[in-house]
Amino acid sequence: MSANVAAAAKAAPSPEDKSAISVRDMRKCFGDHEVLKGISLEAHKGDVISILGSSGSGKSTMLRCINLLETPDSGEVRVDGELIRMKQARDGRQMPADIRQVERIRANLAMVFQSFNLWSHMTVLENLVAAPTHVLKRPRAECLEQAEALLKRVGIWERRNYYPPHMSGGQQQRAAIARALAMNPKVMLFDEPTSALDPELVGEVLRVMRSLAEEGRTMLVVTHEMGFARDVSSKVMFLHKGEVDSVGEPKEMFAKPPTPQFKQFIANFNK
Amino acid sequence: MEFLSDLQAQFSTAYELLAAGWGVQLLWGIAWTLAVTMVSMLIGAMLGSLVAAAKLSPRGGLRFIGESYTTVFRGEPELLIIYLFYYGGTQVLTGVARSTGSIGSTDILNMPSFLGGVLAVGIISGAYQAEVFRGSFLAIHRGELEAARAYGMSAFQRFRLVIMPQVLRLAVPGLGNVWQLTIKDSALISVTGVAELMLTANKAARSTHHSLLFYTVAGILYLVMTSVSTPIFEKAERYTSRSFTRPK
Repeated sequence: MSANVAAAAKAAPSPEDKSAISVRDMRKCFGDHEVLKGISLEAHKGDVISILGSSGSGKSTMLRCINLLETPDSGEVRVDGELIRMKQARDGRQMPADIRQVERIRANLAMVFQSFNLWSHMTVLENLVAAPTHVLKRPRAECLEQAEALLKRVGIWERRNYYPPHMSGGQQQRAAIARALAMNPKVMLFDEPTSALDPELVGEVLRVMRSLAEEGRTMLVVTHEMGFARDVSSKVMFLHKGEVDSVGEPKEMFAKPPTPQFKQFIANFNK
Repeated sequence: MEFLSDLQAQFSTAYELLAAGWGVQLLWGIAWTLAVTMVSMLIGAMLGSLVAAAKLSPRGGLRFIGESYTTVFRGEPELLIIYLFYYGGTQVLTGVARSTGSIGSTDILNMPSFLGGVLAVGIISGAYQAEVFRGSFLAIHRGELEAARAYGMSAFQRFRLVIMPQVLRLAVPGLGNVWQLTIKDSALISVTGVAELMLTANKAARSTHHSLLFYTVAGILYLVMTSVSTPIFEKAERYTSRSFTRPK
Protein backbone atom coordinates (compact mmCIF):
# COMPACT_ATOMS: atom_id res chain seq x y z
CA MET A 1 0.00 0.00 0.00
CA SER A 2 2.52 2.58 1.13
CA ALA A 3 4.96 1.19 -1.45
CA ASN A 4 2.40 1.97 -4.17
CA VAL A 5 2.00 5.50 -2.92
CA ALA A 6 5.77 5.96 -2.91
CA ALA A 7 6.04 4.53 -6.42
CA ALA A 8 3.31 6.85 -7.66
CA ALA A 9 5.02 9.85 -6.12
CA LYS A 10 8.28 8.82 -7.74
CA ALA A 11 6.73 8.45 -11.16
CA ALA A 12 5.05 11.87 -11.01
CA PRO A 13 7.74 14.18 -12.41
CA SER A 14 7.99 14.21 -16.16
CA PRO A 15 11.42 13.38 -17.62
CA GLU A 16 11.80 16.76 -19.35
CA ASP A 17 11.38 18.55 -16.02
CA LYS A 18 14.72 20.27 -15.43
CA SER A 19 13.96 21.40 -11.88
CA ALA A 20 16.34 19.99 -9.30
CA ILE A 21 15.03 21.89 -6.30
CA SER A 22 12.02 24.08 -6.09
CA VAL A 23 11.10 25.93 -2.93
CA ARG A 24 7.88 27.87 -2.72
CA ASP A 25 6.96 30.40 -0.07
CA MET A 26 8.97 28.84 2.72
CA ARG A 27 8.42 30.28 6.18
CA LYS A 28 10.09 29.47 9.45
CA CYS A 29 9.91 30.99 12.92
CA PHE A 30 12.11 30.31 15.91
CA GLY A 31 9.85 31.36 18.77
CA ASP A 32 8.69 34.90 18.00
CA HIS A 33 11.48 35.51 15.54
CA GLU A 34 10.51 34.99 11.93
CA VAL A 35 13.69 33.79 10.23
CA LEU A 36 12.26 33.00 6.80
CA LYS A 37 9.47 35.23 5.51
CA GLY A 38 8.32 33.40 2.41
CA ILE A 39 11.35 32.32 0.43
CA SER A 40 11.14 30.86 -3.05
CA LEU A 41 13.97 29.32 -4.99
CA GLU A 42 14.30 27.50 -8.27
CA ALA A 43 17.40 25.42 -8.96
CA HIS A 44 17.75 23.68 -12.30
CA LYS A 45 19.98 20.72 -12.93
CA GLY A 46 23.56 21.89 -13.26
CA ASP A 47 22.93 25.17 -11.44
CA VAL A 48 25.47 26.34 -8.92
CA ILE A 49 23.63 28.82 -6.74
CA SER A 50 25.52 30.87 -4.20
CA ILE A 51 23.32 32.00 -1.36
CA LEU A 52 24.66 35.14 0.24
CA GLY A 53 23.51 37.23 3.16
CA SER A 54 24.74 38.65 6.39
CA SER A 55 24.50 36.48 9.48
CA GLY A 56 20.91 36.13 10.65
CA SER A 57 19.57 36.61 7.14
CA GLY A 58 18.18 33.06 7.16
CA LYS A 59 20.45 31.52 4.53
CA SER A 60 21.57 28.51 6.59
CA THR A 61 18.06 27.97 7.92
CA MET A 62 16.74 27.91 4.37
CA LEU A 63 19.28 25.26 3.37
CA ARG A 64 18.46 23.18 6.45
CA CYS A 65 14.74 23.44 5.70
CA ILE A 66 15.31 21.93 2.25
CA ASN A 67 16.53 18.60 3.67
CA LEU A 68 14.30 18.98 6.70
CA LEU A 69 17.01 19.21 9.32
CA GLU A 70 14.71 22.06 10.30
CA THR A 71 11.01 21.72 9.62
CA PRO A 72 9.62 24.73 7.75
CA ASP A 73 6.40 26.15 9.22
CA SER A 74 4.84 26.39 5.78
CA GLY A 75 5.73 26.26 2.12
CA GLU A 76 6.57 23.60 -0.42
CA VAL A 77 9.81 21.85 -1.19
CA ARG A 78 10.18 19.76 -4.33
CA VAL A 79 13.27 17.74 -5.05
CA ASP A 80 13.62 16.48 -8.60
CA GLY A 81 9.94 17.35 -9.02
CA GLU A 82 8.87 15.26 -6.03
CA LEU A 83 6.94 17.15 -3.38
CA ILE A 84 7.98 16.48 0.22
CA ARG A 85 4.63 15.69 1.79
CA MET A 86 3.84 17.44 5.03
CA LYS A 87 1.03 17.07 7.52
CA GLN A 88 -0.27 19.01 10.47
CA ALA A 89 0.96 17.84 13.86
CA ARG A 90 -1.34 18.02 16.87
CA ASP A 91 0.19 21.32 17.96
CA GLY A 92 -0.73 22.80 14.57
CA ARG A 93 2.83 22.85 13.24
CA GLN A 94 3.89 21.15 10.04
CA MET A 95 5.72 17.86 10.13
CA PRO A 96 6.79 15.37 7.47
CA ALA A 97 3.94 13.06 6.52
CA ASP A 98 6.24 10.20 5.64
CA ILE A 99 9.66 10.01 7.28
CA ARG A 100 10.69 7.28 4.80
CA GLN A 101 10.17 9.71 1.95
CA VAL A 102 12.24 12.31 3.79
CA GLU A 103 15.05 9.80 4.37
CA ARG A 104 15.01 8.78 0.72
CA ILE A 105 15.14 12.40 -0.42
CA ARG A 106 17.88 13.28 2.05
CA ALA A 107 20.02 10.54 0.56
CA ASN A 108 19.81 12.46 -2.75
CA LEU A 109 20.76 15.77 -1.14
CA ALA A 110 24.20 15.26 0.32
CA MET A 111 25.10 18.02 2.72
CA VAL A 112 28.49 19.49 3.59
CA PHE A 113 28.56 21.24 6.94
CA GLN A 114 30.47 24.18 8.32
CA SER A 115 32.01 22.04 11.06
CA PHE A 116 32.52 18.99 8.78
CA ASN A 117 30.56 16.63 11.08
CA LEU A 118 32.47 13.54 10.01
CA TRP A 119 31.72 10.57 12.23
CA SER A 120 34.65 10.69 14.60
CA HIS A 121 34.67 7.00 15.53
CA MET A 122 35.10 5.90 11.90
CA THR A 123 38.15 6.21 9.69
CA VAL A 124 37.86 8.46 6.66
CA LEU A 125 37.23 5.44 4.43
CA GLU A 126 34.49 4.14 6.76
CA ASN A 127 32.93 7.60 6.75
CA LEU A 128 32.66 7.38 2.99
CA VAL A 129 31.11 3.92 2.80
CA ALA A 130 28.76 4.06 5.81
CA ALA A 131 25.81 5.79 4.19
CA PRO A 132 26.16 4.29 0.70
CA THR A 133 26.20 0.72 2.09
CA HIS A 134 23.57 1.15 4.80
CA VAL A 135 21.25 3.78 3.34
CA LEU A 136 21.57 3.10 -0.38
CA LYS A 137 22.24 -0.65 0.18
CA ARG A 138 24.99 -0.73 -2.40
CA PRO A 139 27.54 -3.56 -2.30
CA ARG A 140 30.40 -2.77 0.04
CA ALA A 141 33.19 -3.68 -2.39
CA GLU A 142 31.83 -1.29 -4.97
CA CYS A 143 31.47 1.48 -2.33
CA LEU A 144 35.04 0.97 -1.15
CA GLU A 145 36.35 1.23 -4.67
CA GLN A 146 34.42 4.42 -5.28
CA ALA A 147 35.48 5.83 -1.90
CA GLU A 148 39.17 5.33 -2.69
CA ALA A 149 38.73 7.00 -6.07
CA LEU A 150 36.95 9.96 -4.47
CA LEU A 151 39.64 10.33 -1.83
CA LYS A 152 42.26 10.40 -4.58
CA ARG A 153 40.26 13.04 -6.34
CA VAL A 154 40.12 15.35 -3.29
CA GLY A 155 43.76 14.61 -2.58
CA ILE A 156 43.62 12.81 0.77
CA TRP A 157 43.86 9.18 -0.26
CA GLU A 158 46.98 8.70 1.93
CA ARG A 159 44.80 9.65 4.91
CA ARG A 160 42.10 7.08 4.19
CA ASN A 161 42.78 5.13 7.38
CA TYR A 162 43.01 8.20 9.62
CA TYR A 163 40.35 9.16 12.07
CA PRO A 164 38.90 12.62 11.40
CA PRO A 165 40.19 14.23 14.62
CA HIS A 166 43.73 13.48 13.44
CA MET A 167 43.44 15.60 10.33
CA SER A 168 43.52 19.32 9.56
CA GLY A 169 40.28 21.21 9.01
CA GLY A 170 40.91 21.46 5.29
CA GLN A 171 41.49 17.70 5.03
CA GLN A 172 38.38 16.99 7.07
CA GLN A 173 36.28 19.22 4.87
CA ARG A 174 37.64 17.56 1.73
CA ALA A 175 36.82 14.19 3.29
CA ALA A 176 33.32 15.49 4.03
CA ILE A 177 32.91 16.55 0.40
CA ALA A 178 34.06 13.11 -0.69
CA ARG A 179 31.52 11.59 1.71
CA ALA A 180 28.83 13.69 0.03
CA LEU A 181 29.99 12.62 -3.45
CA ALA A 182 29.92 8.96 -2.42
CA MET A 183 26.12 9.22 -2.25
CA ASN A 184 26.00 10.12 -5.98
CA PRO A 185 23.66 12.91 -4.92
CA LYS A 186 21.33 14.78 -7.25
CA VAL A 187 22.03 18.01 -5.44
CA MET A 188 24.80 19.00 -3.04
CA LEU A 189 24.05 21.38 -0.21
CA PHE A 190 26.99 23.34 1.21
CA ASP A 191 26.41 25.13 4.49
CA GLU A 192 29.24 27.66 4.85
CA PRO A 193 31.84 25.01 3.99
CA THR A 194 34.88 27.27 4.47
CA SER A 195 33.77 29.40 7.42
CA ALA A 196 35.35 27.20 10.08
CA LEU A 197 38.68 26.89 8.28
CA ASP A 198 41.92 28.71 8.88
CA PRO A 199 42.48 31.16 6.00
CA GLU A 200 45.34 29.17 4.51
CA LEU A 201 43.13 26.05 4.27
CA VAL A 202 40.22 27.71 2.47
CA GLY A 203 41.86 27.46 -0.95
CA GLU A 204 42.16 23.67 -1.00
CA VAL A 205 38.43 23.29 -0.26
CA LEU A 206 37.38 25.92 -2.77
CA ARG A 207 39.46 24.22 -5.46
CA VAL A 208 37.54 21.00 -4.94
CA MET A 209 34.21 22.83 -5.00
CA ARG A 210 35.18 24.64 -8.18
CA SER A 211 36.01 21.36 -9.91
CA LEU A 212 32.61 20.00 -8.89
CA ALA A 213 30.90 23.04 -10.35
CA GLU A 214 32.85 22.62 -13.56
CA GLU A 215 31.69 19.04 -14.01
CA GLY A 216 28.09 20.22 -13.93
CA ARG A 217 26.97 19.23 -10.45
CA THR A 218 23.92 20.90 -9.01
CA MET A 219 25.00 22.80 -5.92
CA LEU A 220 23.43 25.15 -3.42
CA VAL A 221 26.21 26.93 -1.58
CA VAL A 222 25.66 29.11 1.44
CA THR A 223 28.89 31.04 1.61
CA HIS A 224 30.80 34.18 2.46
CA GLU A 225 33.33 33.55 -0.30
CA MET A 226 32.61 36.40 -2.69
CA GLY A 227 35.17 35.16 -5.17
CA PHE A 228 33.45 31.79 -5.43
CA ALA A 229 30.03 33.44 -5.74
CA ARG A 230 31.17 35.79 -8.48
CA ASP A 231 33.42 33.51 -10.51
CA VAL A 232 32.10 30.00 -10.07
CA SER A 233 28.37 30.10 -9.46
CA SER A 234 25.77 30.33 -12.18
CA LYS A 235 23.35 32.25 -10.01
CA VAL A 236 23.58 34.40 -6.91
CA MET A 237 20.79 34.75 -4.41
CA PHE A 238 20.99 37.43 -1.76
CA LEU A 239 18.88 37.06 1.36
CA HIS A 240 18.15 40.01 3.59
CA LYS A 241 16.19 39.75 6.85
CA GLY A 242 14.50 36.49 5.88
CA GLU A 243 13.48 37.55 2.40
CA VAL A 244 14.95 37.14 -1.06
CA ASP A 245 16.38 40.56 -1.73
CA SER A 246 17.76 39.84 -5.16
CA VAL A 247 18.60 36.99 -7.51
CA GLY A 248 20.61 37.13 -10.64
CA GLU A 249 23.54 36.27 -12.84
CA PRO A 250 26.70 36.79 -10.74
CA LYS A 251 28.70 39.02 -13.11
CA GLU A 252 25.75 41.41 -13.45
CA MET A 253 24.89 41.33 -9.76
CA PHE A 254 28.42 42.22 -8.74
CA ALA A 255 28.96 44.78 -11.52
CA LYS A 256 25.63 46.49 -10.99
CA PRO A 257 24.12 45.67 -7.57
CA PRO A 258 20.35 45.64 -8.09
CA THR A 259 19.45 46.79 -4.58
CA PRO A 260 20.99 49.14 -2.02
CA GLN A 261 21.15 46.25 0.47
CA PHE A 262 23.23 44.09 -1.83
CA LYS A 263 25.44 47.05 -2.73
CA GLN A 264 26.02 47.65 0.98
CA PHE A 265 26.68 43.96 1.54
CA ILE A 266 29.40 43.59 -1.09
CA ALA A 267 30.87 46.95 -0.14
CA ASN A 268 31.54 45.53 3.33
CA PHE A 269 33.44 42.65 1.77
CA ASN A 270 35.49 44.80 -0.58
CA LYS A 271 36.81 46.95 2.24
CA MET B 1 61.69 -14.35 69.78
CA GLU B 2 58.53 -15.62 71.31
CA PHE B 3 56.60 -13.19 69.09
CA LEU B 4 58.26 -14.60 66.00
CA SER B 5 57.53 -18.18 66.82
CA ASP B 6 53.96 -17.15 67.59
CA LEU B 7 53.69 -15.56 64.17
CA GLN B 8 55.11 -18.68 62.62
CA ALA B 9 52.50 -20.73 64.42
CA GLN B 10 49.79 -18.38 63.15
CA PHE B 11 50.98 -18.82 59.59
CA SER B 12 51.09 -22.56 59.82
CA THR B 13 47.55 -22.61 61.25
CA ALA B 14 46.42 -20.35 58.43
CA TYR B 15 48.07 -22.65 55.92
CA GLU B 16 46.49 -25.72 57.50
CA LEU B 17 43.03 -24.13 57.52
CA LEU B 18 43.28 -22.96 53.91
CA ALA B 19 44.68 -26.31 52.78
CA ALA B 20 42.01 -28.18 54.71
CA GLY B 21 39.41 -27.00 52.22
CA TRP B 22 38.66 -23.41 53.15
CA GLY B 23 41.06 -22.28 50.43
CA VAL B 24 39.11 -24.08 47.74
CA GLN B 25 35.86 -22.75 49.19
CA LEU B 26 37.20 -19.21 49.02
CA LEU B 27 38.14 -19.77 45.37
CA TRP B 28 34.58 -20.88 44.71
CA GLY B 29 33.48 -17.76 46.54
CA ILE B 30 35.48 -15.66 44.08
CA ALA B 31 33.85 -17.49 41.19
CA TRP B 32 30.38 -16.79 42.57
CA THR B 33 31.24 -13.16 43.29
CA LEU B 34 32.39 -12.70 39.70
CA ALA B 35 29.29 -14.50 38.40
CA VAL B 36 26.98 -12.31 40.50
CA THR B 37 28.83 -9.17 39.40
CA MET B 38 28.79 -10.04 35.72
CA VAL B 39 25.13 -11.03 35.61
CA SER B 40 24.22 -7.92 37.63
CA MET B 41 26.25 -5.73 35.26
CA LEU B 42 24.39 -7.23 32.29
CA ILE B 43 20.98 -6.73 33.90
CA GLY B 44 22.13 -3.23 34.82
CA ALA B 45 23.30 -2.51 31.27
CA MET B 46 19.92 -3.44 29.84
CA LEU B 47 17.95 -1.51 32.44
CA GLY B 48 20.45 1.33 32.40
CA SER B 49 20.21 1.90 28.65
CA LEU B 50 16.40 1.86 28.79
CA VAL B 51 16.38 4.27 31.72
CA ALA B 52 18.91 6.55 30.00
CA ALA B 53 16.73 6.57 26.89
CA ALA B 54 13.71 7.41 29.05
CA LYS B 55 15.58 10.25 30.75
CA LEU B 56 16.57 11.67 27.36
CA SER B 57 13.09 11.30 25.90
CA PRO B 58 11.16 14.37 24.82
CA ARG B 59 8.09 12.89 26.54
CA GLY B 60 7.52 14.16 30.05
CA GLY B 61 6.02 10.91 31.31
CA LEU B 62 9.00 8.82 30.26
CA ARG B 63 11.44 11.35 31.67
CA PHE B 64 9.59 11.20 34.99
CA ILE B 65 9.85 7.41 35.11
CA GLY B 66 13.58 7.57 34.31
CA GLU B 67 14.24 10.28 36.88
CA SER B 68 12.31 8.37 39.55
CA TYR B 69 14.24 5.19 38.85
CA THR B 70 17.67 6.75 39.27
CA THR B 71 16.56 8.82 42.26
CA VAL B 72 15.09 5.84 44.11
CA PHE B 73 17.74 3.22 43.40
CA ARG B 74 20.69 5.50 43.98
CA GLY B 75 19.08 7.03 47.05
CA GLU B 76 18.15 3.88 48.97
CA PRO B 77 20.63 1.75 50.92
CA GLU B 78 21.65 -1.25 48.80
CA LEU B 79 20.93 -3.65 51.66
CA LEU B 80 17.34 -2.46 51.87
CA ILE B 81 16.79 -3.10 48.16
CA ILE B 82 18.28 -6.58 48.52
CA TYR B 83 16.02 -7.42 51.51
CA LEU B 84 13.08 -6.01 49.61
CA PHE B 85 13.73 -8.22 46.61
CA TYR B 86 14.65 -11.35 48.50
CA TYR B 87 12.22 -11.39 51.42
CA GLY B 88 9.60 -9.31 49.64
CA GLY B 89 9.94 -11.57 46.60
CA THR B 90 9.55 -14.65 48.76
CA GLN B 91 6.39 -13.22 50.30
CA VAL B 92 4.89 -12.42 46.90
CA LEU B 93 5.87 -15.80 45.40
CA THR B 94 4.46 -17.67 48.41
CA GLY B 95 1.23 -15.68 48.29
CA VAL B 96 0.75 -16.37 44.60
CA ALA B 97 1.64 -20.07 44.92
CA ARG B 98 -0.69 -20.56 47.91
CA SER B 99 -3.62 -18.86 46.21
CA THR B 100 -3.21 -20.98 43.08
CA GLY B 101 -2.89 -24.06 45.26
CA SER B 102 0.47 -25.12 43.89
CA ILE B 103 1.86 -25.33 47.46
CA GLY B 104 0.17 -26.07 50.78
CA SER B 105 -1.22 -23.24 52.92
CA THR B 106 1.69 -23.44 55.37
CA ASP B 107 4.45 -24.01 52.82
CA ILE B 108 6.81 -21.26 51.75
CA LEU B 109 8.10 -20.67 48.23
CA ASN B 110 11.50 -19.04 48.54
CA MET B 111 12.78 -16.50 46.11
CA PRO B 112 15.77 -18.25 44.48
CA SER B 113 18.71 -16.58 46.22
CA PHE B 114 20.91 -16.07 43.17
CA LEU B 115 18.03 -14.65 41.16
CA GLY B 116 16.83 -12.35 43.94
CA GLY B 117 20.37 -11.18 44.56
CA VAL B 118 21.38 -10.42 40.98
CA LEU B 119 18.04 -8.70 40.31
CA ALA B 120 18.54 -6.40 43.28
CA VAL B 121 22.20 -5.65 42.54
CA GLY B 122 21.45 -5.39 38.80
CA ILE B 123 18.71 -2.84 39.40
CA ILE B 124 21.03 -0.74 41.54
CA SER B 125 23.85 -1.09 39.01
CA GLY B 126 21.36 -0.05 36.32
CA ALA B 127 20.66 3.22 38.09
CA TYR B 128 24.35 4.12 38.01
CA GLN B 129 24.83 2.83 34.46
CA ALA B 130 21.87 4.93 33.30
CA GLU B 131 23.71 8.05 34.41
CA VAL B 132 26.87 6.90 32.63
CA PHE B 133 24.99 6.20 29.37
CA ARG B 134 23.08 9.46 29.55
CA GLY B 135 26.25 11.46 30.06
CA SER B 136 27.94 9.63 27.18
CA PHE B 137 25.05 10.31 24.83
CA LEU B 138 25.10 14.00 25.70
CA ALA B 139 28.84 14.09 24.99
CA ILE B 140 28.38 12.99 21.36
CA HIS B 141 29.04 15.88 19.00
CA ARG B 142 25.55 17.02 17.87
CA GLY B 143 26.79 17.68 14.35
CA GLU B 144 27.57 13.99 13.87
CA LEU B 145 23.99 13.06 14.69
CA GLU B 146 22.81 15.75 12.32
CA ALA B 147 25.06 14.39 9.57
CA ALA B 148 23.54 10.95 10.11
CA ARG B 149 20.08 12.42 9.59
CA ALA B 150 21.21 14.45 6.61
CA TYR B 151 22.53 11.31 4.89
CA GLY B 152 19.18 9.59 5.11
CA MET B 153 19.88 7.19 7.97
CA SER B 154 16.79 5.85 9.71
CA ALA B 155 16.44 6.19 13.47
CA PHE B 156 17.65 2.62 13.91
CA GLN B 157 20.66 3.10 11.62
CA ARG B 158 21.60 6.30 13.48
CA PHE B 159 21.45 4.39 16.73
CA ARG B 160 23.46 1.43 15.49
CA LEU B 161 26.07 3.20 13.38
CA VAL B 162 26.63 6.49 15.16
CA ILE B 163 25.09 6.62 18.63
CA MET B 164 25.87 3.19 20.06
CA PRO B 165 29.56 2.97 19.12
CA GLN B 166 30.17 6.42 20.51
CA VAL B 167 28.15 5.91 23.69
CA LEU B 168 30.12 2.72 24.36
CA ARG B 169 33.41 4.50 23.77
CA LEU B 170 32.52 7.37 26.07
CA ALA B 171 30.98 5.07 28.67
CA VAL B 172 33.99 2.80 29.26
CA PRO B 173 35.63 4.86 32.05
CA GLY B 174 32.28 5.34 33.81
CA LEU B 175 31.42 1.66 33.46
CA GLY B 176 34.74 0.80 35.11
CA ASN B 177 33.56 2.70 38.15
CA VAL B 178 30.18 0.99 38.16
CA TRP B 179 31.92 -2.39 37.87
CA GLN B 180 33.85 -1.66 41.06
CA LEU B 181 30.69 -0.55 42.85
CA THR B 182 28.92 -3.67 41.67
CA ILE B 183 31.71 -5.99 42.89
CA LYS B 184 31.34 -4.41 46.31
CA ASP B 185 27.53 -4.56 46.21
CA SER B 186 27.76 -8.25 45.39
CA ALA B 187 29.12 -8.81 48.93
CA LEU B 188 25.76 -7.67 50.29
CA ILE B 189 23.87 -10.48 48.66
CA SER B 190 25.58 -12.88 51.06
CA VAL B 191 22.46 -12.16 53.15
CA THR B 192 20.37 -14.12 50.65
CA GLY B 193 22.60 -17.17 50.99
CA VAL B 194 24.54 -17.10 47.74
CA ALA B 195 27.90 -18.68 48.56
CA GLU B 196 29.96 -15.83 47.16
CA LEU B 197 33.21 -14.64 48.71
CA MET B 198 31.70 -12.67 51.60
CA LEU B 199 29.43 -15.48 52.77
CA THR B 200 32.22 -18.03 52.47
CA ALA B 201 34.60 -15.86 54.49
CA ASN B 202 31.85 -15.39 57.07
CA LYS B 203 31.24 -19.11 57.33
CA ALA B 204 34.94 -19.88 57.61
CA ALA B 205 35.47 -17.19 60.25
CA ARG B 206 32.60 -18.39 62.38
CA SER B 207 33.27 -22.08 62.22
CA THR B 208 37.04 -21.82 62.82
CA HIS B 209 37.03 -18.73 65.09
CA HIS B 210 39.79 -17.25 62.95
CA SER B 211 37.98 -14.05 62.01
CA LEU B 212 41.11 -11.98 61.58
CA LEU B 213 42.59 -14.48 59.16
CA PHE B 214 39.57 -15.06 56.93
CA TYR B 215 38.36 -11.47 56.74
CA THR B 216 41.89 -10.36 55.89
CA VAL B 217 42.20 -12.99 53.18
CA ALA B 218 38.76 -12.06 51.77
CA GLY B 219 39.72 -8.38 51.89
CA ILE B 220 42.87 -9.07 49.90
CA LEU B 221 40.90 -11.12 47.37
CA TYR B 222 38.36 -8.30 46.85
CA LEU B 223 41.24 -5.87 46.39
CA VAL B 224 42.81 -8.19 43.81
CA MET B 225 39.53 -8.37 41.89
CA THR B 226 38.96 -4.63 41.86
CA SER B 227 42.54 -3.76 41.03
CA VAL B 228 42.89 -6.37 38.29
CA SER B 229 39.83 -4.89 36.60
CA THR B 230 41.34 -1.39 36.51
CA PRO B 231 44.02 -2.11 33.88
CA ILE B 232 41.49 -4.13 31.88
CA PHE B 233 39.17 -1.12 31.69
CA GLU B 234 42.11 1.15 30.94
CA LYS B 235 43.04 -1.05 28.02
CA ALA B 236 39.45 -1.05 26.81
CA GLU B 237 39.40 2.73 27.11
CA ARG B 238 42.56 3.06 25.04
CA TYR B 239 41.09 0.81 22.38
CA THR B 240 37.70 2.50 22.17
CA SER B 241 39.12 6.02 22.18
CA ARG B 242 41.76 5.27 19.55
CA SER B 243 40.22 7.76 17.14
CA PHE B 244 40.80 10.57 19.64
CA THR B 245 44.36 9.93 20.66
CA ARG B 246 47.13 10.58 18.20
CA PRO B 247 48.62 7.44 16.68
CA LYS B 248 52.13 6.86 17.95
